[in-house]
Amino acid sequence: MNYESIAALAYLVAAVLFILALRGLSSPETARRGNLFGILGMAIAIVVTMFNPGVHNFVMIGLAILVGGAVGTVVALRIKMTDLPQLVAMLHSLVGLAAVLVAKSAFYAPAEYGILAPDGDIFASSLIEMLLGDGIGAITFTGSIVAFAKLQGLVGSAPVSFKGQHALNALIGAGILALGVVFVITQNPIIFWMMTVLALVLGVTLIIPIGGADMPVIVSMLNSYSGWAAAGIGFTLHNNMLIIAGAIIGSSGAILSYIMCRAMNRSFLSVLFGGFGSGDNAAPSAAAQAAQRGANIGSIEDAVFLMKQAEKIIIVPGYGMAVAQAQHAVREMAELLGKEGITVKYAIHPVAGRMPGHMNVLLADANVPYDQVFEMDEINSEFSDADVAFVMGANDVTNPAAKDPGSPIYGMPILEVERARTVLFSKRSLGIGYAGIDNELFYKPNTMMLLGDARDTADNFVRALKGGH
Amino acid sequence: MSVFITALTVFVLAVFVGYHVVWKVTPALHTPLMSVTNAISGVIIVGAIIAGGPGEYNTASILGLAAVALASVNVFGGFIVTARMLSKFKKR
Repeated sequence: MNYESIAALAYLVAAVLFILALRGLSSPETARRGNLFGILGMAIAIVVTMFNPGVHNFVMIGLAILVGGAVGTVVALRIKMTDLPQLVAMLHSLVGLAAVLVAKSAFYAPAEYGILAPDGDIFASSLIEMLLGDGIGAITFTGSIVAFAKLQGLVGSAPVSFKGQHALNALIGAGILALGVVFVITQNPIIFWMMTVLALVLGVTLIIPIGGADMPVIVSMLNSYSGWAAAGIGFTLHNNMLIIAGAIIGSSGAILSYIMCRAMNRSFLSVLFGGFGSGDNAAPSAAAQAAQRGANIGSIEDAVFLMKQAEKIIIVPGYGMAVAQAQHAVREMAELLGKEGITVKYAIHPVAGRMPGHMNVLLADANVPYDQVFEMDEINSEFSDADVAFVMGANDVTNPAAKDPGSPIYGMPILEVERARTVLFSKRSLGIGYAGIDNELFYKPNTMMLLGDARDTADNFVRALKGGH
Repeated sequence: MSVFITALTVFVLAVFVGYHVVWKVTPALHTPLMSVTNAISGVIIVGAIIAGGPGEYNTASILGLAAVALASVNVFGGFIVTARMLSKFKKR
């Protein structure tokens, strides 16, 4: 067997290992083994490529892997779990940029990739594949940087919209297509670079108008783009493993985007063109209004009394809890209640964090056992026999206004906390949530509001529960 | 053209495989799913290695070496952060 055949077989093995890596994520028990499969697949892919007869520059390649690997390792070990969305956005942007660089490289050295036609030109089909990898990669690169900057708070998470935005995007898109056609005909490198620049601009103009509330969709969407970019490069290189990996990642990101959109009852197009969610949840008039309407504001003692009487408590954590770093105190509180024989469960809304599944990781990081944590569909029927629903730093995902056809969040699936005998809300203020609407639940007779920082509230709970003996 | 058709066949079938595998992922592990796909997308490194492979330095090989470094960040960062997250998921 020659190198080509051995490499093709090894790449096939790697592709299967990548699929098994994702397959492992069907349960936490098999997930760790899945990750090892992924690492093995990657190792096989890299080693086999090193044996490619065209590869001679081992020192520099090794050095590049060492530098990149060191950066990746340090960042991955240091990142705080609340900042995971930023890390993921950063990694998306790097794949996008790598795709652009590889596409350019293939254009400048087509012989290395065997994409030269006998007449000395690059095959037209290869040029188109190159354009796809390059264009999608460029959009992913700058789009992810904007997403990173919004998540990190470097720029405001408020949607930036201006008149003629969609027309501008359409114009840029048309420009990219036109330059692409000219490039395939002329093979002019300047045209190729101009197209890349336009795609880089499009990445910014596509993501900048999208508001903070829609970030989970955007992070998922860019995940999908990074996959399509990799697949585009796979087409250019005629490498089936890269095509398979890219296609799987592309569909994975698309499914996650769909799940996030469904959880917010937003259509994908309205997210893209939207500008929803200001990220500003301090509305001065809301608190005054709330006081007038007579929200029932309770003390920690009242709340602890209620909890000790309970048989079943469901905790609903939101991103506000994570921002206040209250998850460890909440877990301790839940453990103390568990020792009193009270059943404690956690209910997670799909958009509870800043990206899909984020809240599950944050709870796991606080040592909450995953078999106490339930998804919305699993637990919604249980609120009616819960004595206390304890909502911590969440708002819109519990708002019954979602059932009112006149409300802007109408149709969004919610955690039905209002069915519990008592609803406890720990919130900084009576302000409105991301969606910018009031929550009726605050003024219900069986609701008790605990105002203040989530961390302080949870710490006070722990102290009161410990002091009770 | 037949090379392209073969690649397209592989691509379409892989999209279907991805669709079915990803729907089976438990929602609790959607963040690790995203970080492990970050790592796997780093497999673009195989293209980068070929680009940076020739002994001499020119535009193509320098771009390739830069891409090797970028993709390595993804490979190492993605797999390590995924392992870190997964190690936290424990039963009672």
